[in-house]
Amino acid sequence: MTPTSSPFKPEPLWKVRVHLFLGAARRNWALFAESKIGLVGLGIIVLFLLMMAAHPILMSTVWEPRVYDPVRGFDPRLVGRHPAPPSWAHPLGTDPIGRDVLSQLMWSARSEFALGVTAAVISVVIGTIVGAVCAYFGGVVDMFFMRLADLEMLFPFIALLMVLQSVMPLTLIRLALLIGVLSGFGGITIILKSQALTVKVKPYIEAAKVAGGSSWQIIRRHIIPNIMPLSFLYMMFNVTGAIFTEAVLSFFGFLDIRMSWGIMINTAQESGYLGAFGQYWWLWAPAGGAITLLCFAFYLVGRGLDAVVNPRLRKR
Amino acid sequence: MTEGRLTLEGVTKLFPVRKRVFTLKVRNFVHAVDNVSMGVERGEMFGLVGESGCGKTTTGKLIVKLLEPTRGKITVDGVDVTRIRRGKPLRAFRRKVQMIFQDPYESLNPRFTVYDTVAEPLGLQGLRSLAEREATVAEILSAVGLTPPETFMFRFPHELSGGQRQRVAIARAMVIRPQFVVADEPTSMLDVSIRAGVMDLLVALRRELGVSYLYVTHDLAVARYMCDRMAVMYLGKIVEQGPVEEVLRNPVHPYTRALISAVPVPDPTVRRDPPDIRGDVAAPIDPPPQCRFLSRCPKSGTVCERNNHPDLEEVLPGHLVACYRARD
Amino acid sequence: MPLLDLQGLTMQYRTKMGPVHAVDDVSLAMEAGEALGLVGESGCGKTSVAMTLLRLLPDNAEIVGGQVWFQGVDLLSLSEQEMRRVRWGGISMVFQAAMNSLNPVYRVGDQIVEAIQEHQHLSDRQARARVAELFHLVGLDPKLMERYPHEYSGGMKQRAVIAMALACSPKLIIADEPTTALDVIVQDRILRRINEVRTQLNMSMMYISHDIAVIAEVSQRIGVMYAGKLVEVADTVTVFKRPAHPYTIALMSAFPSIQGEKRPLAQLPGEPPNLLAPPPGCRFHPRCPHASEVCTREEPRMEKVDPGHGVACWHPQGRGRD
Ligand SMILES: Nc1ncnc2c1ncn2[C@@H]1O[C@H](COP(=O)(O)OP(=O)(O)OP(=O)(O)O)[C@@H](O)[C@H]1O
Ligand SMILES: Nc1ncnc2c1ncn2[C@@H]1O[C@H](COP(=O)(O)OP(=O)(O)OP(=O)(O)O)[C@@H](O)[C@H]1O
Ligand code: SF4
Ligand SMILES: [Mg+2]
Ligand SMILES: [Mg+2]
Repeated sequence: MTPTSSPFKPEPLWKVRVHLFLGAARRNWALFAESKIGLVGLGIIVLFLLMMAAHPILMSTVWEPRVYDPVRGFDPRLVGRHPAPPSWAHPLGTDPIGRDVLSQLMWSARSEFALGVTAAVISVVIGTIVGAVCAYFGGVVDMFFMRLADLEMLFPFIALLMVLQSVMPLTLIRLALLIGVLSGFGGITIILKSQALTVKVKPYIEAAKVAGGSSWQIIRRHIIPNIMPLSFLYMMFNVTGAIFTEAVLSFFGFLDIRMSWGIMINTAQESGYLGAFGQYWWLWAPAGGAITLLCFAFYLVGRGLDAVVNPRLRKR
Repeated sequence: MTEGRLTLEGVTKLFPVRKRVFTLKVRNFVHAVDNVSMGVERGEMFGLVGESGCGKTTTGKLIVKLLEPTRGKITVDGVDVTRIRRGKPLRAFRRKVQMIFQDPYESLNPRFTVYDTVAEPLGLQGLRSLAEREATVAEILSAVGLTPPETFMFRFPHELSGGQRQRVAIARAMVIRPQFVVADEPTSMLDVSIRAGVMDLLVALRRELGVSYLYVTHDLAVARYMCDRMAVMYLGKIVEQGPVEEVLRNPVHPYTRALISAVPVPDPTVRRDPPDIRGDVAAPIDPPPQCRFLSRCPKSGTVCERNNHPDLEEVLPGHLVACYRARD
Repeated sequence: MPLLDLQGLTMQYRTKMGPVHAVDDVSLAMEAGEALGLVGESGCGKTSVAMTLLRLLPDNAEIVGGQVWFQGVDLLSLSEQEMRRVRWGGISMVFQAAMNSLNPVYRVGDQIVEAIQEHQHLSDRQARARVAELFHLVGLDPKLMERYPHEYSGGMKQRAVIAMALACSPKLIIADEPTTALDVIVQDRILRRINEVRTQLNMSMMYISHDIAVIAEVSQRIGVMYAGKLVEVADTVTVFKRPAHPYTIALMSAFPSIQGEKRPLAQLPGEPPNLLAPPPGCRFHPRCPHASEVCTREEPRMEKVDPGHGVACWHPQGRGRD
């Protein structure tokens, strides 16, 4: 090596990498923040997270567990008057069997997040890997997974889940796994595969082959990182899908879940309070609003990420 | 023929192209490389020049086993390239045979820093410990003129100029000290002085380690300085081959002559005549059986129209030409 | 008034290791109809000059000073919207490696039609006629409009890109290494075409290349850059016959040729400059055979040694000067 008179001390590798990572994160954040939509979405999500975090604190301080427990609670002071309209004690009223609606709403946020995020992560992990593999190998492998995806897109999987729940009880975890796996092998695979195809034909893939990379090494090091941004984007949209699916299934009472926003509406419906629409609004509006708002928030974040991921929208 | 480092025997590569005539699909073939035979010796630099799209890159990719030939046989150090199995044998082959890719705007992963790109072959081949890799990469970067190397290692391709990217591509191929290198226009974006430095590096490796090169270039002056022998390709066929000085001084094939007369002259007071060649490039899709150059040739005669593409024949020892009118 | 007048243009890229001084105090004027060649070492800032004057810089770039006068307007003071208009009708550019910029999924003709319609109100028919005309101009068969980029050879793609740049008859066209990927016969064709078109339309051209032989064939005047600085400007014959800057002299003598004796390739001694910490004084001094004490200390300014021949050097060479 030539002795250089450079004033630069070589930094340790890891330090440089951390710097690079932070730099990239900062740039991407700036792009994300530029589109205000994403920030709004993020704000709403944070709000829900706060709600979720506040629930156990409230339960252990101001809320008497026997009254405010979202599943087993009952307010004896209001016997006979359930469902009670909003009051100081129950800001969003009580449901037909005397439980506090606000407590239910806050408590459920946790399961909604768990479900949405788990399902989305599973589906995107599957979609990314299967998409990359299909694009890279092509041939029979590709054909098999593409037909599978077509099949799934033809077949409404809400119906499939309804059938499944008659065979086994659908708990939250099972539901998350099922939604994740089913949508992972579905449309998202096709989208990520077409993205992977544009990466596969790049000469740097050939260069990696010549350097001695095996198929799996190339998929892992070159193809997956290059479709990752798009995967991440679809993850946001998939959260929306999962939450929505859960709501629909709970509404029809198909799920073995103790409490969720869907179940809140289901309870109202079961006990016949949904008919008089405006009168008992506190039974359905908070849960319905929460579902819509959270889905919308993830959608907005997705749109915001689109500006980061999709170079088309950038300058030049 | 002596058993050299690389031999090609009757190598042909066809690419299917589909044309749609109404709903009927007609299959045609691009004859990208057509019955090519040649050999490169140990420690030799063999130049390959020719028209854009004549099949130079395809030839290179066949040699490094990125493509499989439709027909013919390729051997490197006596090993049949098409028969190499996946896994260990292939990896050992990759260790020995490298390629410098043509377009540095597309052949560098935009998410990899310069270090990631150059260290990749070392990592994949399991060479050097992590700590040594940094020093090895720094060394090769300064050898290709990216100095001081610390200021380049952690840049991304978009933070480099065209010529700097090209040097990263060279460094990636040379960092594992291969035995045979397909260099596809490695210096097209470099100015003379930096190019001279890179050429020195390639020549030094050849002298010290006996590295052989297939040097693809558009620049005849570079071919003259770098190569011992050269071949001129036209639409998938080799039309002339021989020692570089000989070919440049006494070009025989009409295409080679046109090529040489089209080289720009670094003297503003000279007005060069346009090269003696007609028409535009033909696409090599199912070409007619006659001489590939027929439609553009200023010398063609009836003998060319009546016969198939001419074979390579010796006009002088070691100087081969494929032209019916070579002796006229 | 010159068509384009760069005055003290200075631009740097911010990086973690400090600013990269890619364009430093570059002053240069171009007349209407003139062809100017810009040469220099790889990485010396040629592309950066073009990108700066068109204001097409990446986020980490920063124009530190100077003005860009084009037809009497300072481009650096325009709004992004006004600038977009200039980029289309006033100055257009053929980017380095532009062949890759054609979208593989659309027909080439459609891409140019779309580009035209984005800026001009023309019907489809009119726009297509215009594209056919442009194809003729660059020597492509208008039938090729219906084909996809992958059905083009490199030379054809490059000509299509040049046709796109000519679409709105710009006053100035900047071509950044437009022929490096092409063989010499196709290159010869394109250079002849460009020269014809340029004189026909009385267009100015800035031709960026590292290849001085190509520059000799297309340009009337040459600017030589070294490490972000313009070091010599003169008409083409002067630069070739009587270069005054030691770097230009090295550049001219090192050129390999297919004619004459095979001389050993002259290599500049020392290393390419580090733009993060350019040498003090004259940036060329560590590699210059004529460097003296003043060169290491003070930066030479661009001075006229002859009318129309500017050199930034303390010891300009030739004709017994100095
Ligand atoms: N994958 C492919 N499918 C179909 N045709 C191809 C493919 N790859 C190359 N070709 C065609 O084969 C011919 C030879 O291409 P190749 O890239 O080898 O040319 P080249 O000599 O390297 O040209 P250049 O100097 O422009 O790089 C061209 O006509 C090209 O269009
Ligand atoms: N986005 C960027 N960030 C940091 N440095 C950059 C960036 N873009 C270019 N550079 C640096 O600026 C210098 C000038 O680059 P430029 O692309 O203008 O060179 P050039 O003269 O066009 O060279 P070439 O002939 O190799 O294309 C180079 O040293 C390059 O490394
Ligand atoms: S064989 Fe005939 S057609 Fe072919 S190059 Fe020679 S003279 Fe021309
Ligand atoms: Mg090629
Ligand atoms: Mg450049």
